[in-house]
Amino acid sequence: MIVIVDYGMGNLRSVEKAFQKTGADVMVSNRPADVLNATSVVLPGVGAFRDCIGNLETLGLASAIKESISIGKPFLGICLGMQILFEESEEFGLHKGLGIFKGNVPKFISTTLKIPHMGWNKVTLRKKIPLFDGIEDGQYFYFVHSYYVAPVDDEIIAGTTEYGGTFTSMIAKDNVYALQFHPEKSQKIGLKIIENFVKIA
Amino acid sequence: MLAKRIIPCLDVRDGRVVKGVNFINIVDAGDPVENAIFYDQQGADELTFLDITASHEKRKIILDVVEKTANDVFMPLTVGGGIKKLDDIRDLLNAGCDKVSINTTAIVDPNFISKASNRFGSQCIVVAIDAKRYAGSTPEFPEWLKGNTPMDDLKVENGAKWEIYTHGGRRARGIDALKWAIFMEKCGAGEILLTSMDKDGTKDGYDLELTRAVSTALSIPVIASGGAGNLEHLYEALTIGAADAVLAASIFHFRQYSIGDAKRYLNQKGVPIRL
Repeated sequence: MIVIVDYGMGNLRSVEKAFQKTGADVMVSNRPADVLNATSVVLPGVGAFRDCIGNLETLGLASAIKESISIGKPFLGICLGMQILFEESEEFGLHKGLGIFKGNVPKFISTTLKIPHMGWNKVTLRKKIPLFDGIEDGQYFYFVHSYYVAPVDDEIIAGTTEYGGTFTSMIAKDNVYALQFHPEKSQKIGLKIIENFVKIA
Repeated sequence: MLAKRIIPCLDVRDGRVVKGVNFINIVDAGDPVENAIFYDQQGADELTFLDITASHEKRKIILDVVEKTANDVFMPLTVGGGIKKLDDIRDLLNAGCDKVSINTTAIVDPNFISKASNRFGSQCIVVAIDAKRYAGSTPEFPEWLKGNTPMDDLKVENGAKWEIYTHGGRRARGIDALKWAIFMEKCGAGEILLTSMDKDGTKDGYDLELTRAVSTALSIPVIASGGAGNLEHLYEALTIGAADAVLAASIFHFRQYSIGDAKRYLNQKGVPIRL
């Protein structure tokens, strides 16, 4: 059973529907026990970092997620669900994340670029990962975010995207996958990624 | 590089797709879910439903439409029209839409946009602005803005080029459209849907001066709307108008062009587009 973590924010419904579309056995839950019993865990996310980590901790989900990751369960973080894996974010003051990966989550700063970074942008692959089986390099995916992850460890970067400069749009390390873009909003190609995750989940 | 977005818009009344010309003479033209699937297959970058259902009792129908659409269409979906309360936004997001577009309520209630973006995140709050060239008539200035010193700057008398209208273009609000857009960004809007009421329904091209003025003044994305009659108009709005996205209804709805036609045309002209 794949568990989509519900922490009271964001649009879980479209993530759930995208998984259902692939025929996956999926459940939305805010209970730590369900996360611990899951075969794999999906952490979606829209909203503010501060509220996300606050809710995850209050509901006891933070430790359940960390536990699941540490024992090697396939994990997929989407957007804020990617950012929260890092040590800290500057969004609405400095806030600590789950600290799975070293690095922080800065905001795009630009006088010429529109922020949020909203719309379809290309992902350039840094390494071959099962999530991208059957997907060519340089495809467009749907993004909407104002912050991005800045990993300390280069090795975990699986894909990058250009917006002003180059930022990390995908991470893969062992059982942990994280995407800055929204596969559930990226039409056919996004569903393909979800399908690929379901295969390893 | 971030691609410019092509956004077909469907006007929906009582759960059926309609298309107004200058907001009058509405013609029935189909099922919204079927239309959404059609645009999805054509590779639209996003989809917008503008709910123009008049009666309050029938307003729940749109939730059903959104839910059915979200079962089959996996692209960003925006719904606008008739959003008055935070719970209206919550219901729409829960039904499966990604962004809501708010027009009149932003003007009637000063704090609505900041409350909405605090609760749901600015990424899902689109402020829709209906702007018309200011003719110098006596405007109605909203009560809440009166006597509120920095807000007085928003009055059209202070050198405005475009004025805000609500109620489908029938009601002038006495507010400078450009300054309003800047104010809305400060309040937490994540995006602006900018419609020229002079151009809407004319098929004469977007108001490029308005689009450029607003898009270059803001750091959030601006969607140009109102006046698309051919593909060159889309090109102009994205280049001369500096828009981040273009919204169009009739040219796609009446199958004058497919989304693919529009994208190939723009791509050939060097606009960054997702083909």
